[in-house]
Amino acid sequence: MSSNNDKSSKFSATRRKLLMGMAALPAAPLLSQAGLFSTPAFAQAPATSAVNTTGLAVTDTEVTVGILHSVTGTMAISETGSVQAEKLAIEQINAMGGVLGRKIKFIQEDGASDWPTFAEKAKKLLVNDKVAAIMGCWTSASRKAVLPVVEQYNGMLYYPTFYEGLEQSKNVIYTGQEATQQILAGLDWVQKTKAGKTFYLIGSDYIWPRTSMKIARKHIEGHLKDSSVVGEEYFPLGHTQFNSVINKIKLKKPDVIYAAVVGGSNVAFYKQLKAAGIDLSKQTLLTISVTEDEIDGIGGENFAGAYSCMKYFQSLDNPNNKDFVAAFKKMWGEKTVIGDVTQAAYLGPWLWKMTVEKAGSFDVDKIAAASAGIEFSKAPEGYVKIHPNHHLWSKTRVGQAQLDGQFKVVFETPDLIEPDPFPKGYQ
Amino acid sequence: MFSDYSLAELGSIFVMQGFAGLILFSVFVLMALGLAIIFGQMGVINMAHGEFMILGAYVTYFTSQFFLNHLPALFTAYFFVAMILAFIASGALGMFIEWAMIRRLYKRPLDTLLATWGLSLILQQVYRSVFGPREVGVELPEWMMGSLPLTDTIEVQINGLFVMGLTIAITIVVAVLMYKSSWGKQVRAVVQNRVMAGAVGINTEKVDRYTFGLGCGIAGVAGSAFTMIGSTGPTSGQLYIVDTFLVVVFGGAQSLLGTIASAFTISQAQSTLEFFLSGSMAKVLTLLGVVIILMLRPQGLFVIKVRR
Repeated sequence: MSSNNDKSSKFSATRRKLLMGMAALPAAPLLSQAGLFSTPAFAQAPATSAVNTTGLAVTDTEVTVGILHSVTGTMAISETGSVQAEKLAIEQINAMGGVLGRKIKFIQEDGASDWPTFAEKAKKLLVNDKVAAIMGCWTSASRKAVLPVVEQYNGMLYYPTFYEGLEQSKNVIYTGQEATQQILAGLDWVQKTKAGKTFYLIGSDYIWPRTSMKIARKHIEGHLKDSSVVGEEYFPLGHTQFNSVINKIKLKKPDVIYAAVVGGSNVAFYKQLKAAGIDLSKQTLLTISVTEDEIDGIGGENFAGAYSCMKYFQSLDNPNNKDFVAAFKKMWGEKTVIGDVTQAAYLGPWLWKMTVEKAGSFDVDKIAAASAGIEFSKAPEGYVKIHPNHHLWSKTRVGQAQLDGQFKVVFETPDLIEPDPFPKGYQ
Repeated sequence: MFSDYSLAELGSIFVMQGFAGLILFSVFVLMALGLAIIFGQMGVINMAHGEFMILGAYVTYFTSQFFLNHLPALFTAYFFVAMILAFIASGALGMFIEWAMIRRLYKRPLDTLLATWGLSLILQQVYRSVFGPREVGVELPEWMMGSLPLTDTIEVQINGLFVMGLTIAITIVVAVLMYKSSWGKQVRAVVQNRVMAGAVGINTEKVDRYTFGLGCGIAGVAGSAFTMIGSTGPTSGQLYIVDTFLVVVFGGAQSLLGTIASAFTISQAQSTLEFFLSGSMAKVLTLLGVVIILMLRPQGLFVIKVRR
């Protein structure tokens, strides 16, 4: 690097310091090139008193955030990917110098698939640990439990799951899609390309599938021409016997099966569909709840041919995603798969970092105010932007499942879809 | 309700629903049999039953992987090997647990509930640490998927038939073991009067250990069979445990016949209601029915008289 070293015969301490400083200078842009962004903030970190006036866990060199997911209990299967993605993002941000010159340290808490525990741990993170932001929650139930805590103690939550909508908070950034973003474009697509006229709706019995199906039914009956819903059915979480509904599907012969079955029930549902002789390459099935993660359990051969409607698939063909997938597999193993929520979880730390840098402060009120309009052009899903309602503008895509458990993208909305958490006419 | 369908369709509905009910019945029997043996014969409430099932499922998964990688020619038959291995693995673990933990608690039957519940948490974490938190997909040989068409509208599923056959076979084997073999006589003697059975020279410890092992082994086979229809993950066992207890308690815990009768009643009720109402509603009504009957008959459907 610097060639000054050889001619320095007399070594005064100050001179040596100066030389080392000079040697480090050319390295700074190198480091930031290795990351995703260039950060001028790396060299001169602003004083802590200036960027943190509310007593958060921020020092001159470190800032602490919380990761709050279930790593035990029934949701661990789903939330593991989110934890992995958040840790990857934090590591990458640290490698390029951190946020406002501070390395991110994280404290991980286990929500244990238990909603009161989520609330308790959120309080612990905010009150005891004074974290600057929380990346976490997965189910709507856990978010609803955490929400009052986050609002009371004025924290910032980055929530990664696609969800039913009907919510907005200054203290939450929703990095997954709300229901209309995920549902409407997919239904339009399936009606147009698959001549879908009759729909059979099937879901697990809790708030997300029920709200989603309500929106879907309104759209099918109100906005799609000559289309109707011929059946709608819900099953308890963890249900494993779908023979009856499969018999009904066989009798009603709907053009499209529209599914929002979650968790382990998915495995039972698709295995039994296949066993009942319903061939998903002939019978159109569109789901909003099966990602690459679930296919791991269902088995690619039982799901091949079905369509999934999401904003992200691991197979997306763009340079951002290639880098992301490679980095993720390098960190967590070649065999891991990346689903929609995992990607949305990855966005959390990045969006937070960019917002903090825009606000020039870690203070939650300033971050909440600065969030609207934050753009992330290096997002694996392509490009996202935070709407003033704290949801993301995003594209909707339809992927067709392949035998190897990956999706082939067959449709993508040309434009970003505006998030609409309180859809008029759909409630 | 009925007006949506033609007469011919209604006919096939009832046949297919009846068949779906029979599959559900087989599944219930398979789940509950191991639990009923352990509870009925030993008075031990095994909360870790679901985890023994999942051990069987994991064994099946690894067997399928082994056959895929090393013996692809024999893949079509791997399932039978997997079931035997699942029985051995879960049975062996069950006997070990009995030796290490359960036998110290026979005098405190309610504590077995706590102890086995702890065991189930431990096993879940062990599975998570060893096999990873994600679900695994068990690949099945082609012949097990698909269905046999009987008429234009009636089809029966091959894996459903397979589960039914398996259930019948296991039930017969257990019945013969319990009621025809000398070991079965010993088991029943120990159940009726432990002290007396010991006094006439029955090794009660050994009987207990093998009974527990048998119950857990059957759970393993059930888990193996469920890879056809359900998921395999560290916590999947929890999906089955409520239904399993429901069947056993409703049937009257000490009677194998009761277990079978209760599985039949619950499955047919569930399956019929499911067709005309929604899945959740069917479950609610079934549970409600069970609660009402249990209020009238707290011991369950079938009770054998035991001298206390």
